[in-house]
Amino acid sequence: MERFAALLDALVYTRSRTAKLGLIARYLQETPDPDRGWALAALTGGLDFPAVKAGTVRALMAERVDEVLWTLSRDYVGDTAETASLLWPEPQGVILPPPGVTEVVETLHHATRLTAQGILAGMLDRLDANGRYALLKLATGAMRIGISARLAKVAFAQAFGVSVDEVEEYWHGQAPPYRPLFDWASGAAPPPRTDLLPLFRPFMLAHPLEDVEVSLSDYAAEWKWDGIRVQLVHVNGQSRVFSRSGDDISASFPEIAAALDVPAVLDGELLVRGSHQGGEQGGAASFNALQQRLGRKAPGRKMLADYPAFVRLYDVLIEAGEDVREWAWEQRRARLEALVPRLDGERFDLSQVIPARDMAELAEIRGRARDEAIEGVMLKRRDAPYVAGRRTGLWYKWKRDPLLVDCVLMYAQRGSGKRSSFYSDFTFGCWNGDPDAGAELLPVGKAYFGFTDAELKWLDSHVRQHTVGRFGPVRETDKSLVLEVAFDSVHASKRHKSGVAMRFPRIARIRADKPAHEADRLATLKGMITDPA
Amino acid sequence: MGIRIVPADAWIDPARPVATALVTHGHADHARGGHGRTIATPETLAIMQVRYGMEADSAVRAAPVGYGETLALPGDVRATFYPAGHVLGSAQILLEHAGERVVVTGDYKRRADPTCPPFTPIPCDVFITEATFGLPVFRHPPIAEEIGKLLAALHGHPERCVLVGAYALGKAQRVIAELRAAGYHAPIHLHGAMERMCRLYQEHGVDLGDLRPVADSTKAALQGQIVVCPPSALSDRWSRRLPDPIAAMASGWMRVRQRARQRNVELPLVISDHADWDELTATIEDVNPHETWITHGREEALLRWCQLNQRRARALALVGYEDEDD
Repeated sequence: MERFAALLDALVYTRSRTAKLGLIARYLQETPDPDRGWALAALTGGLDFPAVKAGTVRALMAERVDEVLWTLSRDYVGDTAETASLLWPEPQGVILPPPGVTEVVETLHHATRLTAQGILAGMLDRLDANGRYALLKLATGAMRIGISARLAKVAFAQAFGVSVDEVEEYWHGQAPPYRPLFDWASGAAPPPRTDLLPLFRPFMLAHPLEDVEVSLSDYAAEWKWDGIRVQLVHVNGQSRVFSRSGDDISASFPEIAAALDVPAVLDGELLVRGSHQGGEQGGAASFNALQQRLGRKAPGRKMLADYPAFVRLYDVLIEAGEDVREWAWEQRRARLEALVPRLDGERFDLSQVIPARDMAELAEIRGRARDEAIEGVMLKRRDAPYVAGRRTGLWYKWKRDPLLVDCVLMYAQRGSGKRSSFYSDFTFGCWNGDPDAGAELLPVGKAYFGFTDAELKWLDSHVRQHTVGRFGPVRETDKSLVLEVAFDSVHASKRHKSGVAMRFPRIARIRADKPAHEADRLATLKGMITDPA
Repeated sequence: MGIRIVPADAWIDPARPVATALVTHGHADHARGGHGRTIATPETLAIMQVRYGMEADSAVRAAPVGYGETLALPGDVRATFYPAGHVLGSAQILLEHAGERVVVTGDYKRRADPTCPPFTPIPCDVFITEATFGLPVFRHPPIAEEIGKLLAALHGHPERCVLVGAYALGKAQRVIAELRAAGYHAPIHLHGAMERMCRLYQEHGVDLGDLRPVADSTKAALQGQIVVCPPSALSDRWSRRLPDPIAAMASGWMRVRQRARQRNVELPLVISDHADWDELTATIEDVNPHETWITHGREEALLRWCQLNQRRARALALVGYEDEDD
């Protein structure tokens, strides 16, 4: 338990992602089974002890600490597990050796509501303050230490020199303490079987097309639709919809999960019916429409009727028990084209291949993409297999050129980690009228990337020299600096005072040469909105 | 604004200039300049001289009192200064008047500190105590453990440096002295704001070893070295001159994770010059006064403890003393 407690402690105080990965990876390498598996489960939210609730800890403390002192302490510390770990009386007399992670997990698995308090107390008496913190965090299942499941998996891959995509693939369907996963990763066993479970397979991803010559004889072109990438899985009568990150979002899109009844693993774009993208023929509403559905755990009937979802299919990974990922794209495409007619046409259609003869014609078609409100085009190598992750030369995304607008820097906030001494998060605005006739700046967006290290240094010193107000970590500047901001699209938004929300804004250029009153007006930005109002 | 000694028409640690001030120690929230007459230990007066400078007639206006020395004040009040173990020169003040004894602790701690003599419990009727760390969650670990953590981080990252944020008066010198006691004899590099106070400690016989200004070293030369700075400089632009510093902070507040995270601290060192909960409660038991008054800090919890232990107590709720950095 001490080693796990030290890991948690170090993770709490480490900001850098690389350093966090290193800490977890080293722990996984150096810790024996099954301790490391249980620890990994704790970090990824894979442990659940129904007998232990937050109330269990409070009840435990009520027997040992005056209620007023507990409340004062809890209010100050802000975390029940931490407060309890600090308040727990240091054990006196003969102290048993601290319990290991496995002992803790097995003991808690056997606990009942009646015995949980006594069991916890016995183990707390064998630990120091850090160990008590780790125990209570592990027992209550609420880590909240800023480690995502993905980060833990990347660390696992790093620890054993395997690919994170394979880890993702084999992870699903495994239960803690993940012994088969560790055996496979350390080379002691073949990978666990995954073909009979509705599991997520890692996505194949694209590189941006920059300075690369490609020919349409080697690559096929498809539209890049502006929805969210999903993977559909149907096996053994069970259906799942997975997001890019591998999260199961079936409950948010029940109509999709219900409509899929063919055993297959498919790759596509989740969209809402409409005529915004590509007109009537395109059949898809804007990303904004889809946004109404995202994050709704259980959409109501009206939501389902007003924003009907469907999936535009890009690829097939597995069909009828046959894994076709090794096949060339052309063969998979033929398989997909044969499959689509067997699917529910209301919920599934096929992403069409763009019939361009050469890149010049494709460029012309892509040039019209903005009018069609489509994000851009995809180029897929005709002979490439479906491989996890971003592999050079196989898939390219050729986004339409970004939109640009000149904004004025209004506020800046310090970053974190390596950027903690830099003002690196910038809020910028546009004029709500004629600046010479008393118009004001209204914030239109926020960006914290797009600039080089040298530009960041320059921006940081600009902020420091032009500060006119301070609000905690935020500085207000004198609004003299123009920034050229690039973004993918802009939408009407009721949540922002300016009435607009940008997608993917980034700082394209510092326009120190341009006077602030010549920056763009809000009307210009609003003119770039293509959604129906 | 401080504690008024009514019959003597004098104040202890007043926040504003007064005619006669008794000062417990040199921290800015207790020791302010501009008093008619300042009564304090010679060390505290020296610290105030460095901090505020003193006017040309300071010899008349500064009245040094050694530990154990008794001073007669007007109104038949006798004041005796005893070590408080907080920082160099820190004192608790025993006041005697009309057969009653009152002790004002100022800030204090019970742990050993190589830079100042230890606190001694003085029997009294009224015990006026601080409560900066007056919550039962505050238990400072042994300092050797924390120094060990610092050295482990230093040796674990030879390409980085450890940047220790520490109060410029007291904490910085104690950390340095404890590092020396732990056998660390390499040069320790100082932020400019630390230099004068460290020199003053050395002049008072505290051995701090080889100290050097950061400005004298290149970035590369600071790899694998310890640098000490005021807490405010930890995430300041100043720190960019250092080789990928591990931000450490020596403070009792580091006991609480969220406080350390707010400070962007990578290596929290729970080192405090104040009494922790166990020291506060043990001291009240050792002194065993008729009544305990609590000046500043988290007085509610200490008040509750007194109540639970059938001890008479009241909170004075003095404002203006807050040790955010300690």
